[in-house]
Amino acid sequence: MRVTVSWLSEHLDAAALPASVDEVGDAFVRVGLEVEEIHPAPDVTGPLTVGRVDEITELTEFKKPIRFCRVGFEGDRSREVVCGARNFSVGDLVVVSEPGAVLPGGFAIASRQTYGHTSDGMIASAKELGLGADHSGILVLPPGTAEPGDDALGLLGLDEAVVELAVTPDRGYCFAVRGLARELAVSTDADYTDPVTRVVVPPTSGDAWPVRIDDTERCPRFVVRRVDGVDPAAPSPWWMQRRLLTAGMRPISLIVDVTNYVMLDLGQPLHAYDASRVTGTIGVRRANAGETLRTLDDATRKLDADDLLITDDSGPIGLAGVMGGASTEIPALADLAAVRSAGGTSVGAGARVDVLLEAAHFDPAGIARSARRHKLPSEASRRFERIVDPALPPVAAERAAALLVELGGGTLADRRTDEGGVPAVDAVRMPLSLPDRTAGVAYPRGATARRLGQVGCRVELDTGADGQGQVVATPPTWRPDLRQPADLVEEVLRLEGYDTIPSTLPAAPPGRGLTGTQLRRRAVSRALAEAGHVEVLPFPFVAESAWDAFGLPADDVRRRTVAVSNPLDAERARLTTTLLPGLLDMLVRNRSRGTEDLALYTVGQVVLPHADPTPMPDPPVSRRPSDAEYAAIRGALPAQPTHVAVVLAGDRDPRGWWGRGRAAAWSDAVESARLVGAASGVELRVTKAEHLPWHPGRCAALRVGDWIVGYAGELHPKVVEALGLPARTAAMELDLDAIPLTENLPVPTVSGFPPVAVDVALVTADDVPSAEVAEALTDGGGELLEAVRLFDVYTGEQVGEGRHSLAFRLRMRAPDRTLTNEEANAARDAAVAEATRRHGVALR
Amino acid sequence: MSETVVNPLDPDALKAAVEAARAAFEGATDLDALAAVKPAHLGDRGPIPLARRELGSLPGPERADAGKRVNAARQEAQAAFDERRAVLVAERDARVLAEESVDVTLPWDRHPRGARHPITQISERIADIFVGMGWEVAEGPEVEASWLNFDALNFGKDHPARTMQDTFYLADEGAAGGQDSGTVLRTHTSPVQVRSLLERELPVYVVCPGRTFRTDELDATHTPVFHQVEGLAVDTGLTMAHLKGTLDAFARAMFGPDARTRMRPSYFPFTEPSAEVDLWFPQRKGGAGWVEWGGSGMVNPNVLRACGIDPEVHTGFAFGMGIERTLMFRNGIPDMRDMVEGDVRFSTAFGV
Repeated sequence: MRVTVSWLSEHLDAAALPASVDEVGDAFVRVGLEVEEIHPAPDVTGPLTVGRVDEITELTEFKKPIRFCRVGFEGDRSREVVCGARNFSVGDLVVVSEPGAVLPGGFAIASRQTYGHTSDGMIASAKELGLGADHSGILVLPPGTAEPGDDALGLLGLDEAVVELAVTPDRGYCFAVRGLARELAVSTDADYTDPVTRVVVPPTSGDAWPVRIDDTERCPRFVVRRVDGVDPAAPSPWWMQRRLLTAGMRPISLIVDVTNYVMLDLGQPLHAYDASRVTGTIGVRRANAGETLRTLDDATRKLDADDLLITDDSGPIGLAGVMGGASTEIPALADLAAVRSAGGTSVGAGARVDVLLEAAHFDPAGIARSARRHKLPSEASRRFERIVDPALPPVAAERAAALLVELGGGTLADRRTDEGGVPAVDAVRMPLSLPDRTAGVAYPRGATARRLGQVGCRVELDTGADGQGQVVATPPTWRPDLRQPADLVEEVLRLEGYDTIPSTLPAAPPGRGLTGTQLRRRAVSRALAEAGHVEVLPFPFVAESAWDAFGLPADDVRRRTVAVSNPLDAERARLTTTLLPGLLDMLVRNRSRGTEDLALYTVGQVVLPHADPTPMPDPPVSRRPSDAEYAAIRGALPAQPTHVAVVLAGDRDPRGWWGRGRAAAWSDAVESARLVGAASGVELRVTKAEHLPWHPGRCAALRVGDWIVGYAGELHPKVVEALGLPARTAAMELDLDAIPLTENLPVPTVSGFPPVAVDVALVTADDVPSAEVAEALTDGGGELLEAVRLFDVYTGEQVGEGRHSLAFRLRMRAPDRTLTNEEANAARDAAVAEATRRHGVALR
Repeated sequence: MSETVVNPLDPDALKAAVEAARAAFEGATDLDALAAVKPAHLGDRGPIPLARRELGSLPGPERADAGKRVNAARQEAQAAFDERRAVLVAERDARVLAEESVDVTLPWDRHPRGARHPITQISERIADIFVGMGWEVAEGPEVEASWLNFDALNFGKDHPARTMQDTFYLADEGAAGGQDSGTVLRTHTSPVQVRSLLERELPVYVVCPGRTFRTDELDATHTPVFHQVEGLAVDTGLTMAHLKGTLDAFARAMFGPDARTRMRPSYFPFTEPSAEVDLWFPQRKGGAGWVEWGGSGMVNPNVLRACGIDPEVHTGFAFGMGIERTLMFRNGIPDMRDMVEGDVRFSTAFGV
């Protein structure tokens, strides 16, 4: 909400305000309004003059239509100016920045050549003058509000400071100058005059128009006031336009501007109907299936049965609280413009309009749903969905009607429709000491009652059954958000100032430190980083095409993903089931930026939807969900295990002055996986596997026992090609949650006796994995066999086609004696015998 | 070398033999040459040892006298040898060391350095600060129930606060037309508050770092995927002063003894009263000053009720900060994209 300080000052004792606009901003911040920006009076210097457009030459030879205008000032002084905007006609009053003027942002105006003409200045838009965000055209001053040659600086109020505030959803009343001024007054201890008290709402008899509310829950109140014979082409006074512009709204016509102005001032959205176009009783009801409405923005909207409508005998004439309908709109401005460009400055008496002003109160949630459903966040809906003061409708209607009488020459009809009424507000009772107990502060006596009074509550003091003092506060009509003691506490604390709250560190009970899972995640991350991997944090969004690139079959479980309904990138609308696509993207990005040798890792959750998802329960929030409900909530969420993944490309050992480098390979990926196992306190078993996207001959499954916890190896060449990866890119991914936590590893027996080492070379078929031979040796060697280490692999003529020789060093040791060679050899023979039995190995 | 037997009774001859030995040793330029000339002077066939052999044939009184002379000559020659040898050993050692010298500035960067992402590092640092105060670290899933992300946190079904969060909604593929699945990508770490209150015994003191999501396009100051850290304490007798004390302690642990916080009134559905938290950041670029750090407040009684906790008995406070934002101002990182693009040059600068 953008508002000038001068407007705020109208509702409070301006003498009490701080002099600088920055301090005004600080005063807002102290009571909880967020200052988005302070706009000091714009820095405009030099000749800024009101001019009259005397002549327009359309230049058509350029890409866009350009106007070459002659603008007259006082006497017969004039200038020629080139202008790209088209929203003005001959005779209009405009603001000309003459050469030598400097507009906000240091924009210096000089005479210059453009579009084949000399432009001797600039016709300014509201934005260029620092008046508002609206840049849709140049600023046209209402006729009669200035004379050509007038200095525009003071006339436009360019010397005014503006405060821009963000209004939190609980403070609907601050979406109006009325509420903001109240907050500012409380913050600065200035006297406040509620503008509502300045509006006299005289009693009337009889309805201004027949109204029937069918849905009193969604529309508790509906007020209609009627002003006849308003001149729709009468100009809005400049001060009103200026305030609208500041608020970011474009002045449109007197009738629309008046409704907007009163909304900004008091907070009540208003709608104006052309009475001659409304037929029969105005109704308020829910939409029927299949109904449509053409709204003011000329869009035809399909209505939902939840939408609340304003209707007449012809059908829907408005989407309640969101946007009016086109059929009962005040005569289109285009018609007025046509009249004006024909030479007139005002339409004749016949073109006067009888206006029905609607001021209603709606249920916030329903308005929020309709605005969202139709993607129509209007100024009205933004206010209604935050709750508008239900006492306002007759006041706002009266104020708007008075302005139309005053500025549009209308006649106020002496009847008023006021259907429904103000919903009752419940009083809130709280212990008098609650603010002190919540803040940890001893507030001065009477502070609670005083502060609640300042926000508009009716306050009574009482004694509770326990003999303690209590406050009974009845919130004002504009504060229905004050519903429970905590809400009252906040009012007291914020107005007393958060800076009075001391700093006291609470003593938490002794904690148990990090959990095993948390410690392990840190250990894994650190181990990978220390081994030369660099952590990156890819996004979880993935494209379906990633699975095609991986070559996954249609029924692969990894294709079963959760979809994001409103993705930022429609291509990547799904949540990934593996960390690899994101990690490989980052590999490619780094390569494209010139880093060739890469070892990347990431640790994160993946999202694995259940094959048969259960519905998500929606228990009430008034109580704790039952254990069954809470279990059902958790059960309805997809599984989200923590994975760890690594991708490797380029050299793993770089080339250097010591010699050649060593390219990253399948083996590095397997080692990365084993490293994760070691950091988890688990020796992962490596077995041969075929699993896309890995190379079928270079893929290892990592197991805990027989349970597969992940895969590692070189990527399939087709995958490498499809993703544009460097040749022989290697990768691994493990489900960290599937690796059991081992907080107590078994303690080994450390023997002090010397070992005996025996080497054996075993020949097997070359498709027998070495790890399985080593496993057989380990199992066969018995207790004396301390370690088995493969130290050579040989293939060649000496062992024959299709066979290889695996050389192992077996280290034997006894816990209680020095082994004899005979004992060692016996253990070796037993180990080899087991390998022979399982894999048919032959001693070489 | 002469076969002349030196007469042990002849002092001049002995002296000459010693001088001859000394000259020979001095003339040796390395240890090998020294070893080569040694036998001729100190070996069995050298003139002085031979003279010593002659002693036996001398009469008693002369023998004693000559013996002294021969021994003196022998010691003198041996000393000359030892002296020369020491010099040559030292020369050789110096030469060997000189020969073995290398260019120690050659880079031995055979093992590339790895790095953990600064987001991970700072998250752990924050967790450690709170663990040090006796708090525990709580976690939750990134795909979260709307009920936990919104409803239980006092976001009404149609309340505008819900739309303020720019939520990623997840489709329900099972239902017709991808209807509301009741799940979202969590927009904040606050659902972990609810989980903690539902799952843990009171009192609860937990800190929850984690990844969060909002539909903001990636630019220099926004990212749709970011990280938050959330703190929650629910106990008897907790006040807003305790919240302030915790925030101040956190600020000092992160930013040094001069750091402190201030609170500004604000609005969050799940706290009442609510406060924005500003940090007095002594190392701020352009001079010490206040920076916006996060949100906080006293846990809204409605949240406690939804977790089955009696707000008349227990009170609590909560706070939350953006980790990217904290990192940006702490380390002077100008562009959010550096943290999400995964360029190894960025992470590597932060080490392990």
